[in-house]
Amino acid sequence: MNAVLYSISQFIALSVVQGTPLLFGSTGEILTEKSGNLNLGIPGIMYIGAISGIVGGFFYQRTGYIIPMLAIIIPLVCSLIGSLLASLIYCFLTVTLRANQNVTGLALTTFGVGFGNFFGGSLIKLTNSDTPNLTLPYIARPYKAHIPLFEGTWFGELFFSYGFLVYVSIALAIIVTIVLKKTRVGLHLRAVGESPATADAAGINVTKYKYLATCIGGMIAGLGGLYYVMDYSNGIWSNNAFGDRGWLAIALVIFAVWRPSIGIAGSYLFGGLYILYNYMTVSMQLQPIMQMLPYVVTIIVLITVSLRKKRENLPPASLGLSYFREER
Amino acid sequence: MTEAVQKIKKPKKAWTPLFVITKRDTLPLVKRVLIRAAAIVAALLLCSVITLVVTGSNPLQIYKTMFSGAFGNSIRIVRTLYELSVLLVIAVAITPAFKMKFWNTGAEGQVLIGGLSTAIVMLTLGGRIPDWTLIIIMAAAATAAGVIWGVLPAFFKAYWKTNETLFTLMMNYVAIQLVECFLKIADKTGSNVVGPTTLSHGWFPQLFKTDYLLDVVIIAVITVLVYIYLRYSKHGYEISVVGESENTAKYVGINVKKVIIRTMALSGALCGIAGLLIVGGASHSISAETAGGRGFTAIMVSWLAKFNPLMMVFSSLLIVFLERGAGEVATVFALNKSFSDILTGIILFFIIGCEFFINYKLHFRKHSKEAAV
Repeated sequence: MNAVLYSISQFIALSVVQGTPLLFGSTGEILTEKSGNLNLGIPGIMYIGAISGIVGGFFYQRTGYIIPMLAIIIPLVCSLIGSLLASLIYCFLTVTLRANQNVTGLALTTFGVGFGNFFGGSLIKLTNSDTPNLTLPYIARPYKAHIPLFEGTWFGELFFSYGFLVYVSIALAIIVTIVLKKTRVGLHLRAVGESPATADAAGINVTKYKYLATCIGGMIAGLGGLYYVMDYSNGIWSNNAFGDRGWLAIALVIFAVWRPSIGIAGSYLFGGLYILYNYMTVSMQLQPIMQMLPYVVTIIVLITVSLRKKRENLPPASLGLSYFREER
Repeated sequence: MTEAVQKIKKPKKAWTPLFVITKRDTLPLVKRVLIRAAAIVAALLLCSVITLVVTGSNPLQIYKTMFSGAFGNSIRIVRTLYELSVLLVIAVAITPAFKMKFWNTGAEGQVLIGGLSTAIVMLTLGGRIPDWTLIIIMAAAATAAGVIWGVLPAFFKAYWKTNETLFTLMMNYVAIQLVECFLKIADKTGSNVVGPTTLSHGWFPQLFKTDYLLDVVIIAVITVLVYIYLRYSKHGYEISVVGESENTAKYVGINVKKVIIRTMALSGALCGIAGLLIVGGASHSISAETAGGRGFTAIMVSWLAKFNPLMMVFSSLLIVFLERGAGEVATVFALNKSFSDILTGIILFFIIGCEFFINYKLHFRKHSKEAAV
């Protein structure tokens, strides 16, 4: 009985680890989309967040002195700055210059993925390593450190086997939910996303809200990239390893019907679907079909939501549109 | 009382914003071209500063290398021409939907599924029937698959307003995983690509002894046809009206639902054909990278050309030149290939940004004394 329980909790723990980058990404994107900005640059921003953390960690590790606290803080700050700058590019173009959001987002993704792979590749070259990846074991160790409680039991496996960023992601999702739902700032933000003209007339600074939501959202999403490289892959960067997780995070936004609290469960479900084939006796050929499931589920959710037309489940009404005061 | 009036008459110095933005009327063509050219020049300057920092060599040398990478010899020219035309046909394919303000981000998937259907037909029927029938079946399969991938989101958009950007985006990954699945079934060695040895039948005939040029000719024809379709046909007119305002379209008696579905069917079909041209006409292989992100790049190409199929020749030339050129720079200066993505990104940011100065006008605050009076 205990063994079964242990392996189940192990599976859940793996799903959580797999789902956490998605949770960061979707929480950030939900916050962004609530301001009416459809940021398709999130995959790129996550890459930038990851590589900025790696660059910071790389140069810190080179000094030879490793203090665990600094090993956490330096990559964290670098990652936040990197994703902030990337989000600022997006904000400046779409909010200030009112450019098309889809095009800007896609350009940012092209840029971000290229940025990540370029600097990743350059760092790998700098180390003269034989393998096409870069390892930062000393930086990753504090990121991977877990609370040593109930070790070896299913309970410990389920709740205490993660690095601190997993708890950060859950906390952020809850905070964003509360802010959106219960505070004045959240109400204003939702007003900006639903109808910027109305919000503007009510005296809300639309530009400020759009900037803040998109930049904070981008920084949260960037942490997903940092979590992926530091914790999930043990401080190893290899080009393109992050894959299509950024798009999966955008899918998760829809799945969670724009609620970060549902996003928590959703991300672990997606994580579970992602690794489910390891536990099932499906043939090699059908593996991709299993990996397709999150996307199919997302499409089904998207359709159901639009069929039922419950107002609170629909995307923000002005999603994807730029706001110009004189154009009504 | 009088005091109160005086107070109203002499308010504190009113705050005026630094500048006010107003919408411009359409600028003359020359100015529009000039603004865009200025943006590209500025972007190239920034790019050369960055390349200078990264490589430490003369920027002029780098642009020379880029040029030779794209147009250095006849093989490279043909290759560039081919890449240009593939990007062009995908951009042209998504344009009808974009003009309708249907944000189809699923071209990647539509192209892939077209390519996949082509490959399946090549694999299963290849060698059993004459090649020309095979090619016809390939074309039919690719078109049908593209139509399905395009119409599905359009149907839900038309009837229930399902968000098409997100729907089509998700369809990409369904297509990618289907391709992965096919690769695992068709190729037992576990490589990520099914190549020309397996897909040995149904190749398009060669033109001037290269695989690529027939594709280029077909694509040129498609581009002109779509241009005519959008500009001179009744359908094209309906698409523009729906794009401008769905309500207007309803008033004048256009069946909006029908237009949306029909246009996306066309868009999807053309994307499917693009997949056919890539797989059957040039690479004779299929992998998850067959579309290679072109579905996304094409969105930018189409948008840069302001949805004019003929102008897309230039915008896709720009992108392809950057990609091929920066690829060459990467090889010559022993840089990472992704360098081209950074350059492309920067140039796109500038071009996207400069549209603001075409559409809007800044009125700066006047620093004269009259404000104080």
